Amino acid sequence: MTRAVQRHGWVLGLVVLLALLLAATKIIQPNFGASGLESLGRAAVPFAFATAAMAVVVIAGGIDLSVAAMMAVASVTAARLMVGAGDGQTVLVVIGVLLLGGLMGAANGAMIVLTRVPDIVATLAMLFVWEGVALLILNTPSGAATQWLRDLILGSIVIPGLPETLTSLIPKSLVFTLVFLAPAWLLLRRTQLGLAIYAVGSDPTAAFRSGVPIGKTRIAAYCIAGILAAMGGLTLTMSTGIGEPIPGPYLLASVSAVVLGGVALTGGKGGLIGPIIAVLILRLVRMDLTLLSVDPNVTTIVEGTIMVVVVMLGGLVAMKGRG
Amino acid sequence: MVQTNDSLPILDAQGITKRFGAVQALKDASLTLRRGQIVALMGANGAGKSTLVKILTGALRPDGGQLLIGGVARTFASPGAARKGGLVPVYQEPSLIPDLDIAQNLRLGGTPVDAFLHWVDALGIAGLNLRDTARELPLATLRILDLARALAAQPDVLLLDEMTAALPSDLVEKVLTVVRQQADAGRSVIYISHRFTEIAQLCDRATVLRDGVTVGDLAVEPGVEDRVVELMLGAKLTAAVTSLQGAAATTGTPRLTVRNLCAGSKLADVSFDLHRGEVLGVVALEGQGQDELFDVLGGFRRAKSGVVQVDGAPVRFRHPADAIATGHSMVPGDRADALLMSRSVRENIALPAVARPRNWGPIAMRAEAAKVTAAIERLQIDTRAQGEVRRLSGGNQQKVTIARWVAAGVDTLLLFDPTRGIDVRTKRQIYGLVRDLAAQGAAVLFYTSELAEIPLACDRVAVIFNGRLVTIMPAAGADEPALMRAAYGLVA
Repeated sequence: MTRAVQRHGWVLGLVVLLALLLAATKIIQPNFGASGLESLGRAAVPFAFATAAMAVVVIAGGIDLSVAAMMAVASVTAARLMVGAGDGQTVLVVIGVLLLGGLMGAANGAMIVLTRVPDIVATLAMLFVWEGVALLILNTPSGAATQWLRDLILGSIVIPGLPETLTSLIPKSLVFTLVFLAPAWLLLRRTQLGLAIYAVGSDPTAAFRSGVPIGKTRIAAYCIAGILAAMGGLTLTMSTGIGEPIPGPYLLASVSAVVLGGVALTGGKGGLIGPIIAVLILRLVRMDLTLLSVDPNVTTIVEGTIMVVVVMLGGLVAMKGRG
Repeated sequence: MVQTNDSLPILDAQGITKRFGAVQALKDASLTLRRGQIVALMGANGAGKSTLVKILTGALRPDGGQLLIGGVARTFASPGAARKGGLVPVYQEPSLIPDLDIAQNLRLGGTPVDAFLHWVDALGIAGLNLRDTARELPLATLRILDLARALAAQPDVLLLDEMTAALPSDLVEKVLTVVRQQADAGRSVIYISHRFTEIAQLCDRATVLRDGVTVGDLAVEPGVEDRVVELMLGAKLTAAVTSLQGAAATTGTPRLTVRNLCAGSKLADVSFDLHRGEVLGVVALEGQGQDELFDVLGGFRRAKSGVVQVDGAPVRFRHPADAIATGHSMVPGDRADALLMSRSVRENIALPAVARPRNWGPIAMRAEAAKVTAAIERLQIDTRAQGEVRRLSGGNQQKVTIARWVAAGVDTLLLFDPTRGIDVRTKRQIYGLVRDLAAQGAAVLFYTSELAEIPLACDRVAVIFNGRLVTIMPAAGADEPALMRAAYGLVA
């Protein structure tokens, strides 16, 4: 038991922080309830996928600055292809967009591995490339999203037999995120590829000496990140109903959530659960500050401060635990 | 520069002690150096030479003992302070910053350029361009530049650590001449080397360390080699040892055949056969090419020339995964090179399984857990801290590096100094395990820096000096003096 607490200490701390924030929200806004949770969940979905994408790459010892730009490409591609699309066609579009994401990610990874350009430089370059591609596909926010697809994340779940007052508290968007991030979690934790990704991020030399193919593993990590980013772009279109060619604030937000979620930027440490909870925390903080009608400029200062303080406290606690 | 009284030793270290965690690196180390003297500092691997050198040059603080410079007690807080105090080292690894050019490097250390160029010339390097970045220069040139930089600082005491190791013989001659001139001009030198011929040619005295204790301070005169070897080994060589070795079949096709292998700048020409069921020991002083030999066999480095055959078929490894696929399992000397320190014992043991992308599928959790548990039990790994390998003791970490190969099944086990820095009980367990694996048909190549291990764990032993095979002999007859002499190339 104590071992489990020690090992998942960071995630548990984040859960407590999230619970405290939810309580605080209820105090600030006494009628915070189903609709509040629904809008929180819906706003968090694209952030969650962007963060998961970033987390996989960072665990593998890299960083992908093109996450938000790849989301934009996926979003506009989906929105453009779904104009007037039937139900069956929509399924094909979704599969196609995910494949596109995987290809974009693999291209990022292959470029880094083959040219030996540092991750941060290569993906910065790719950020501009994907931005341009997104604008070529759609130069203004437009397009459409099939209704049944949108319904997957709009509103709250309905479970026959359970009272609606209870189920209305669980937004569909949250369930959707958990269901579609589960494969990524399984891949990291329950496959040899996942182990290879942790190994490469933890210590490339030791991984190499143990026979891990470093280059292929890194390309695989970037490819997974591309698919997750495509998921993020898709949810963006699902939630707004149109494609948005200009990347949103997802890049820096994903880095923040990854750090806050306990993934070491040096690689090899952390998981997916922490960063996803961190996404909710960061969204909730923003919502609370808006509810308190704090100046938006001050909001960003508060967000930055929270990040530094939490990471610092976490570091101190970890050091104590070791000593 | 320090005001000194000429009759006192320029440097006098007495009773220096230093402990790293559980390891007492220095127990009672002493070194006395007079003006104009060249003293050789000698000792087997792990005797404490580098710790003592680091303390003298301010890179480490001693736990106890006293250091007198020109008769005045002082310790240096940093290498910079030691430099100002007139004590200038030239380390084994080049110390110029690779991405700066030579002129910038000199400015960084405040070295006078004219004096530097004078010494570069005297040491036989022609046509040096100060605008060259250090990265572009060959290793031998960098070592010479380090020496020139040290000489330009006009040190009272010059400390040379394996100065001639990477140099061609013409440069060695120049270095020895210049160092001798320094001594004649009244400066003092501490000279660390494995080469007896140079020591005989250059040094006035030899100070011998063993297990962190200074065990001798001798005048260098003809025949001193045997006395030094004796001192480095100590009395323990007379202790009778019970051999664990079994009878190995050395007929039929060898599991591993190595012919005229040459790799890197050090490994020049090594040939041997290794049979299934056999443990072949490898003995060499530091940096004689054994690292390169194991790197080639483990697939970390490609050979320049020579042949490696596995079961009679020639192989060329391009990646460690190739070597692993052939059944070569490497346990590197530095555990940090093999383990993911921040990951769990389970993951570390399971790691080699990911070597091929076609194996990247789901982990068979039950089967893997069973394998890992079996390996942990077989090696008696203490898993109280299994969440992060870094929290295990050194001995247990070493067992994890071996356990992963035991779990995967092993044909050729390459052990590079597997018992360095671990306790006696764990060492015994490792010998036993090595013999067990050999008895089950594995071929084991076992490099060790502890000569006493050879008769305990090996069937035969190969000795390498200066990148070449000196001799292969039966381990049973290999007592430490014989091995040590061979390791210094002193075999006819």
